[in-house]
This record gives sequence, structure tokens and C-alpha cells, in this order.
Amino acid sequence: MTVLSIEGVWKNFHGHSVLRGIDLEVASHEVVSLIGASGSGKSTLLRCVNLLETVDDGAIFLDGEEITDARVNVDQVRKRLGIVFQAFNLFPHMTVLDNITLAPRQVHGVARAEAEQQAQELLARFGLAQKARAYPDQLSGGQQQRVAIIRALATRPRLMLLDEVTSALDPQLVVEVLGIIRELKESGMTMILTTHEMGFCRDISDTVCFLDGGVLVEKGPPEQIFTEPEHPRTQEFLRSVLQSGRF
Amino acid sequence: MSEEDQPERQAGPARSERQAEATEPRRRAGLTGSERPGERPESEWRDGPAGSERPVEWVKSERQAERERVRRSRARRSASIATVSTIVFLVLIVWLVTNSPGWPRVRETFFDGEQFAKALPDVLSGFLLNVKSFLIAEVLILVVGLLVALARGIKTPAFFPIRALATLYTDVFRGVPTILVIYLIGFGLPALRLQGIPGDLATLGIIALTLSYGAYVAEVFRSGIESVHPSQVAAARSLGLSHAKTMRFVVLPQATRRVVPPLLNDFVSLQKDTALVATIGPLEALRQAQIHAASTFNYTPYLAAALLFILLTIPMARLTDHLAARTRRRRGA
Repeated sequence: MTVLSIEGVWKNFHGHSVLRGIDLEVASHEVVSLIGASGSGKSTLLRCVNLLETVDDGAIFLDGEEITDARVNVDQVRKRLGIVFQAFNLFPHMTVLDNITLAPRQVHGVARAEAEQQAQELLARFGLAQKARAYPDQLSGGQQQRVAIIRALATRPRLMLLDEVTSALDPQLVVEVLGIIRELKESGMTMILTTHEMGFCRDISDTVCFLDGGVLVEKGPPEQIFTEPEHPRTQEFLRSVLQSGRF
Repeated sequence: MSEEDQPERQAGPARSERQAEATEPRRRAGLTGSERPGERPESEWRDGPAGSERPVEWVKSERQAERERVRRSRARRSASIATVSTIVFLVLIVWLVTNSPGWPRVRETFFDGEQFAKALPDVLSGFLLNVKSFLIAEVLILVVGLLVALARGIKTPAFFPIRALATLYTDVFRGVPTILVIYLIGFGLPALRLQGIPGDLATLGIIALTLSYGAYVAEVFRSGIESVHPSQVAAARSLGLSHAKTMRFVVLPQATRRVVPPLLNDFVSLQKDTALVATIGPLEALRQAQIHAASTFNYTPYLAAALLFILLTIPMARLTDHLAARTRRRRGA
């Protein structure tokens, strides 16, 4: 069953096309990774799906409904999506618990007690039960990013968007965040993620998409993309990744 | 530090390195739980997790003690230089003023103890009106400033007139001198003879101060709102929060915290500007001083009023500095 379908999406910034007619389908429970150099359009594509950017052409469908329709209520669409950012973007003036329960309470109308109980369960599940009353600046980067993932998860989204969630972390903190994403996959969450962690990407993805200059150059299962990429630009990208030692 | 470290630390440096190392693999194995300790070459354990190896009690070295002695003596020297230069400076100022040709005359008209004592009760009772106007105006200004700042940020087309009005308001009232606003409100508003317009001059003064300062405070709030990083708004909106709820729960709480120091600064200024209301007549501190001065031709009552204002503004100014420093520290942390 298709959860998300992206059809011929274009996005321009200052006369420069960042996305050039992207087509992509994401099935239920599928994990799709977007790889490619910085500026290839990976993050922009995620922001377009979340409607944080408006597309300049093409259409995006969530469960068959066009969300890029100009008449659509963006808040209603975002209620069904979760996004996690590279820089965490936790609310610094709120405790971990308030960060997590804000959307369930204010957007989904869940009562405080129930929202907090659900938040506590999620925190316990991801090893952060002790941090419910802490403020974001009292946490390590890895803990902050885990809280950000839980915050996105707390509204039970149909689809999770993970935008380079480990790029701002020290190597030893990357592990704990990748662990949580693995667990999400096991629980059947549909996800689109952008990443520079090629080993992890290969391990977790059902489908890997290579973007270059705003074009989806190559798409396939990880074994195919990482072992026998067809397109010369994919080959070149993977070679440079290999040389940088990030595989 | 784990419990296991305790006995080792008590043993201290007297224990041989060999023994200390022997306990290492066990602890490491406990941490990772994956590798068997015996299989690792010992050289690898030596560079294990920093800080947790072989805890040794710190004994201050002779070098550090010497360094601190030098720092202390330098600090003492700076302090004595500061004291001496301050004294020299003050003596110089006092000498300059008291040796000026007009000093005896100035002392008589501005520093007359008898006049001071006579005027003080009236000036003080007038000053209570200043404090009252200030306290009322402050609350009103916060409300007006916040509403205007929010109105300027509204993007909904239906509310365009409100946004335009808010912009016009800040432009006009920041441009007109406060004293003119006080004249216009104090004399102009009652002249309209509308129902419900207060006739009390002190109230009119408060309205005028609110209008004038509301424009400044609106700009302070607006700069605070704009200083909240767009990624915070993106995070809130991505969770499905509306523009209004994003403002209320995410942007405003962060913005108001940041604008507290500049707001207090405006309030210090407001405290003394309550004296401008004297121009339309209510018997506040400056007006009382004027009355006393007019009957005796001695200006000491003005000095009394000035002292009262200083007594009120200095603590506020210090509080502002303190809060500003705290904000800086927090942002640095």
C-alpha cells in the first residue's frame, strides 16, 4: 500500500532549481533512504513533504490525498507527519516532557495526564525515563536527538521524516540514535531518511535513492546500489564516500 | 565514576601500576559487555576512556602555588591603583567645583539644608504620584507593546488594516517627543468633550506615557520575536501547531525572556519621564519642587526631587545590568 507518492516535484531557490522533477513512491512500512552530496536536494525534498517548503511544480500525495493542493490545511497534513531535524530543534524553554506532550495536547487534544503517561512510556522505551524533567541544555547531543525523535513519534505519525539526524553528533553518540531508528523500523514505521552514514543506510533501508543536482539518479535495494551501482555518478559518489572513510 | 573505582582510589598512588591495570579490563568489560578482557593487548587499556583511569588525589604543585601567588599580588596591585585613582579623581572634581567663582552662590541656591528639609515632605508626597503613575503605566505599556508587536506580525490578509494601523502607531509615536504627546493628550483629549474621557490630569498623563512608551516597547517585543530562530518555528509548525499556538507556546516564551533587559532599560527611562507629566499640572514630585522653588527662589527642592528619582532608578538600573549579564552567561553556556 502506498503511503506517500511524489510526482514530478520541482523546487527553485533564487532562480536555481534544487529539485528537478522528483518521482518517488513510499509503501507502508518501507524505509527509504536519500543519499547524495550536500546540496543535492535531499533535505529540501523532506521539507517539501512536510510542507515547510512549497513545491514549485508537481504534486505530493499522502494516503492518496494531494497535500500540495493550495487549498489544503497544512496543519491537518502535518498532524499526520513527523519530522526530525539535524539540529534537534528542541524547545529550550520546556522540559523534555513538555517538549514531547506539546503537540499531543495542543494539536491532538489529548488530556495532559494521558499525554504525559504516553510520553513517559516512550521515554522509558528509549532509555530516557530519568530525563523527563530535564531541560534540553542538560542533555547530551545524542539524548537531545532521541528526545526529538520521541517528540515526533508522540503524535503517532503515518510517516516519519528524518533529516540527517546524526550529522551533528559525535561518533559515540551516533550509535544510540541509530539504535532508536532501528527499533522504529522493527516496529513497522514508514520512514524517509537522509543520511551520510552509508553503513547504517545499507543496513536499514529497503530502498536507497541517490540524488544528484536535484535529480533522482538511481533507485534500488541497498545491495544493488552499494555493490553494483549502474549510474556513473552513483559510482563516483560511492567511491568518494569510500575514500573519505565514512563507509 | 562507578562504584568499582572506589577501592582503587583509596589505595592511591602507592599501588603499583601493574595492579591498577589488572582491574581495568574487568571494568571495561562491564561497560561494553561484549569483549573478553584477556584477549586485548595491555597497551590498549592504557589509553582507555579519559579521566577514569587510575584516579590520583590532586596535590597542588609548587608551580601552581607560585602562579597563584603572582595572580594574587597582581590583583592587590590593581585594586590599590583603582582606589587611588578614584580618590584623586573625586578630590579633583570637588576642588574644581568648590573653587569655581560662582560656587558660594550655587551652594546657597542648590544645597540649602534648611530648604531641603522644608520641601522634602511635599516633594516626597508628590513623588508617590510618580511611583503610582509609573507602576500603572508599566502594566499598560506591556499590554499595548505586546499587542502591537503581535499585530505587526499578523500575515492573514483579513487583518491587514490592523497590521497597517500597528505600523502607523509605532512610526508616529516613536517620532513625536513624549512631552508633545503629553500636551496633546492632556489638553486635547478633554477638549473633545466626549463621554467617558477621564478629566483627571494624572490619568491623562498615564495615557500619554502609555501611548508614547507602548511604541518603543512594541519594537522591543518585535525584535525579541524576530530573534527566535526560524528553526524553532519550523519545529513547532512541523508538529501541526498553528501560527497562533506556535507564537503562544514556542516563540513568545523565548522572546520575552530575551527582551527583559532592554524592557527594564525602557522602564528606567519611563520612571524619570513621569516627571514630564508635571507640564500639564498634576502635583507630582517635579511640580511640588517647582512650587517650593517659585516661592523662595531657592532651587534646593529640585535637588530633593532629583535625589528621589535617583533612589528609584539606580536599583532598577542595577537589576537591568544583572539580568543582562545573566542572559549573556546563559547564552554563552
